[in-house]
Amino acid sequence: MSPALDVHRLHFAFTITFHYIFPQLTMGLALLLVYLKTKALRTGDDHYNKAARFWAKIFGINFAAGVVTGIPMEFQFGTNWAEFSKSAGGVIGQTLAMEGVFSFFLESSFLGLFLFGERKLGRLGHWCAAFLVFAGSWLSGYLIVATNAWMQRPVAYSLGPQGEILLSGFWALLLNKWALWQYAHTMIGAVQTGCFAMAAVGAFYLLTKCNQVYGRTFVKAGVLVGVIASLLQLFPTGDMQGKMMAEYQQPGLAAMEGLFQSRENAPIVILGQPDVEKRRLDNPLEVPGMLSFLTYRKWSAHVKGLDSFPEDLWPDRIPLLYYSYHVMVGLGTIFIAVQVLATLLYWRKKLYDSRWMLWILMLCAPLPFIANTAGWVTAEIGRQPWLIYGLMRTAHGASPRVGAGNAWFTLIGFMGLYTVLAMLWCFLIGREIHLGPDLAAPQQILPAPAAAD
Amino acid sequence: MGTVWFWLVAVMITEKVLLDGFDLGAGAIHLLVARTDAERREVLASIGPVWDGNEVWLLAAGGTLYFAFPPLYASAFSGFYLPLMIVLWLLILRGISIEFRNHVHSLVWDPLWDFLFCASSFLLAIFYSAALGNVVRGVPLDASGYFFEPLWTNFRLGAETGILDWYTILVGVLGLAALVMHGSLWVKMKTDGAVNKRAGGIASTAFWMVAALTAVVTLLSFRVQPQIARNLAKWPVGYLFPALAVVGMIGVKVFLARQHERNAFLSSCAYLSGMLTSVVFGVYPMVLPARDRTYSLTVDSAQAGAYGLKVGLAWWTIGMLLATGYSVFVYRSFAGKVKLDAYEHGHGD
Repeated sequence: MSPALDVHRLHFAFTITFHYIFPQLTMGLALLLVYLKTKALRTGDDHYNKAARFWAKIFGINFAAGVVTGIPMEFQFGTNWAEFSKSAGGVIGQTLAMEGVFSFFLESSFLGLFLFGERKLGRLGHWCAAFLVFAGSWLSGYLIVATNAWMQRPVAYSLGPQGEILLSGFWALLLNKWALWQYAHTMIGAVQTGCFAMAAVGAFYLLTKCNQVYGRTFVKAGVLVGVIASLLQLFPTGDMQGKMMAEYQQPGLAAMEGLFQSRENAPIVILGQPDVEKRRLDNPLEVPGMLSFLTYRKWSAHVKGLDSFPEDLWPDRIPLLYYSYHVMVGLGTIFIAVQVLATLLYWRKKLYDSRWMLWILMLCAPLPFIANTAGWVTAEIGRQPWLIYGLMRTAHGASPRVGAGNAWFTLIGFMGLYTVLAMLWCFLIGREIHLGPDLAAPQQILPAPAAAD
Repeated sequence: MGTVWFWLVAVMITEKVLLDGFDLGAGAIHLLVARTDAERREVLASIGPVWDGNEVWLLAAGGTLYFAFPPLYASAFSGFYLPLMIVLWLLILRGISIEFRNHVHSLVWDPLWDFLFCASSFLLAIFYSAALGNVVRGVPLDASGYFFEPLWTNFRLGAETGILDWYTILVGVLGLAALVMHGSLWVKMKTDGAVNKRAGGIASTAFWMVAALTAVVTLLSFRVQPQIARNLAKWPVGYLFPALAVVGMIGVKVFLARQHERNAFLSSCAYLSGMLTSVVFGVYPMVLPARDRTYSLTVDSAQAGAYGLKVGLAWWTIGMLLATGYSVFVYRSFAGKVKLDAYEHGHGD
């Protein structure tokens, strides 16, 4: 194992984690923008157009951050993971190239029209532009997930004479069962990010008593779409994701759940700290039989623990995997509680006046970002020690000639640059929220800064 | 099949240079061609709705290269590790300069992004071209199929080459001059008044630099990469590519003098296409020439499996037709000279 391997892993982990902050909001908001534009088209109420314009500005800033942090991802397969690219490029290059050819062109062409062409396009034309931006971003999501799904569950391949992996079925690659469920789970996660962001901004306006008309629209959209998303996240998408782990990645599932010993009537652990050396969980707080039931629909079912597998098939970062999985599931549960409660209040027509609920909605905004990140960490660490499950180990995938020194150099560069980018993103989005949707009649939230426009 | 993909990737890269080239060139002359804030916003507005789509050509070409020639992608990207990472940083800075500048107007905000936009575009033009120079010159591949180049060694064309040596720097400067010409012709076509006039001046100056450097670099390239002469001898039809570049240059000169802005820009496109296809033709059948010729990656040794290439051709064709359709639609929607008002209040408030 080369000493540079850990740096290459950290390099990819850092850049992809930072990158995915933006697309999840982009994809979530894209759906909500179509919702707002549809409302505007059907009701003829210009209030919805203004609301859409406001979110389009936030979308634009966020999209730009997503694009510039996304380009390094495609490059890194070649720069840092050359052995992997050399072997698997003939397969995963297909989906990656399709993303560029089918979705990026669509997205970028119509985003320009959506942001700059409202007057030229007219009402219906502008709705179409919004829809095509949505379609492009969701298609892009599918092709990326299909790429990852192939690494989780390789299908439709054969091995060439030099060990290179050759594509043998185009549709089988695209319709990988793993990809379908992973996509549903991922996109609903993105919708939750968009919904919580929209509801949080709405709650902020209602709490500060400014832009209240918009505040109500935003809270309503965020909660009504959000409650559906939060439930779908758990069932069936999350459930099916777990079942596929049980079918194809059993050591990963055992490590996620902190199940060191195989047993019948296996419990689900709510809290507890894994001690990998002693092969046990400290201070466990468990629900007996639940894991057996969720995995095999039978309370007494036998679930394989880590002891059923040789240690060289164990994921190599068990505590990180265990915690990221538990953070994801814990937050997902909280989202369901918050959204269901908010929906009940909306149904009773009390939501906009329940300040405590609005406070909760406002403060929840960062949580879906954390949950989605934790979900991806679970998927990626759960796949270890494999880069392509069962085919290529992570230890064999890195670039042989790129040393630790050079990898650190560029990792530090990215860290610096991304810190600046994060600050700019917060500043610009905060500023848009502060200026509000109604530029013709700006409302005072705080004393307005002199520099603003 | 490999040869088909070789040319398809070449077409995509050419497309990328033609489109992203003019917004890079516009960036490189940004501080020079536009002096006041309004003028600078005019230059930005001329590329604002299209630069992102132009950059997609980079990703699409990269992705296509990835699945059609996986070993090439692996060895070129890891070998050019440092310059590629620097290119990525520059792309990030440039992207946010264009996108974030217009959200705030202040005496510290605008000049900062104007400067970063200009500087990053300038350096990108050099780095892209120097990378092309590296391909023509050949890289230190060995039997493993890999190499790693530091940014520079001793600036000579020995066995231990760096990314930058006297030849690749020269190609870098030529590339910068060519994109400056290309970008200023674009800006001239899209603007009125003072910016239009200055852009014309820059284009005329750049023209002479491009002409002189093209002559020098072409002569040197025949010595640096002997394959070019061999290919021309084998397939004389290849003389068409450099001829296209020459015709393009003449066109730029003639149309610039007659104030045919659109034709001048299109001539510049012809010049760039001619130069790039000449390079591609010159190194064929190598996809990445090595300093030691026995280790060169060729179309045959680097292509992916036959099934993947075949099925790729089907979706690629559909995708490219769609993409061309969108591009035409977008360019027509934003056709004509930039009107600052329409750009800034496009939302119709």
